[in-house]
Amino acid sequence: MVTIIDYGVGNLNSIKNMLKKIGVDSIISSQSTDIENAEKLILPGIGSYEYGMKKLRSSAFFHSLQQKVLQNKTPILGVCLGAQLLLNGSEEGLPVEGLGWIDGKAVRFDQAKMSDSFKVPHMGWNELIIKKQSVLFKDMYPDHRYYFVHSYHMVCNRQTDILAESNYSYNFVAAVEKQNVIGVQFHPEKSHKFGMKLYENFIKYY
Amino acid sequence: MRRFRVIPVLMMHQGGLYKSVKFKDYRYVGDPINAVRIFNDKEVDELIILDIDASKENRGPNMQLLSEIASEAFMPMGYGGGLNNINQVKQLVFEGYEKAVFNYSAVHNLSLIEQTAHLFGSSSTVVSIDVGKNWLGQYKVYELNGKKSVSMSVVELAKKVESAGAGEIFLNSIEKDGTFEGYDIPLIMQVSGAVKIPVIAAGGAASVNDFKKAIREGGASAVAAGSMFVFQMPHKAVLITYPDSESLNSITK
Repeated sequence: MVTIIDYGVGNLNSIKNMLKKIGVDSIISSQSTDIENAEKLILPGIGSYEYGMKKLRSSAFFHSLQQKVLQNKTPILGVCLGAQLLLNGSEEGLPVEGLGWIDGKAVRFDQAKMSDSFKVPHMGWNELIIKKQSVLFKDMYPDHRYYFVHSYHMVCNRQTDILAESNYSYNFVAAVEKQNVIGVQFHPEKSHKFGMKLYENFIKYY
Repeated sequence: MRRFRVIPVLMMHQGGLYKSVKFKDYRYVGDPINAVRIFNDKEVDELIILDIDASKENRGPNMQLLSEIASEAFMPMGYGGGLNNINQVKQLVFEGYEKAVFNYSAVHNLSLIEQTAHLFGSSSTVVSIDVGKNWLGQYKVYELNGKKSVSMSVVELAKKVESAGAGEIFLNSIEKDGTFEGYDIPLIMQVSGAVKIPVIAAGGAASVNDFKKAIREGGASAVAAGSMFVFQMPHKAVLITYPDSESLNSITK
């Protein structure tokens, strides 16, 4: 069973809709038991880091989630804000501690480093620069592209955690992977057949 | 390679899809669910749906229909029309519309813009500004489908919503709407030069060349079109189209 974690933020139904389209049953849930019983976890998220992290940390299932990911090594895919929450923290809003499962933080796009025509938030379709081999992109369509919408991006302290980068005036981390913990800055559920394939790979190979 | 977003805009009116000329003369295009499915198959960059009756009829979004539309739409979706409280926005995001488009509320309920930006981020907070011209030929902001003018300049409103946390401005020219005459470039320049957030140009597009102009000359970050994607010229027969990826890739800066 795939559990899409409901902590009050995120486009939960669009992930469920896409999984349904590829024939995968999933539930949207905030119940500890659904997290404990999950074979795969998806951590969505849209919006502010501080708000999202507070909601997540104060959820009744939070302890189960930590156990599941850290002890049981259940694969988890963080999406957009969900990916940033996997890090130690963010520059956004008041300082709050992230999940710390991947060593890094989320920082705002550095407009000083960008040419004027690149506006923040970054919204649009980008291709990836793959940094390490992963089954996440197994048999992927050529010219695959993904939809991004974000003002902050991930920065990793360990190069080996970086799965892919993308370019928006400068290169930034677009996907991370460390053992069972995977995060993508873009929205696969909003990225047509490319995102569909990515979810399929996550379900099938992890 | 940098890709600029090309966004079909669909107008919902009396339960169907319609397309206007200068915010008048509404013509039936088809069934919204079917049209969205076709755009999905064409792998469009993004889609914006505007319910043009909602504010006028003083009602919220038709969530049931929106949910149905979103169920097979695997692309970014924005919705506007009748949004006047944060719970509607929450519901919208939950259903898979990651962008809430505000028009009437941008003028009358700025705190909703602030709340949305705070909870869902600036990138989910879009303000649509409908711009017409008064009898002196000056740009004016209009609300309620161009029915009523607002006593604020376009740039003033754009800056105001930017500082409230809006992440994007959907800039619609009433004069160019549905005319196939090309975008109002001076208008786009005015607004994109005044704010730091992305501006989506809308109103008047007839070709990929118009997209390029809006981006290169106007400084738009994305382009939107309605009629161009639903009508086939010269007789305006209903036909849903979208440029192929070669033409899309030619839209560079």
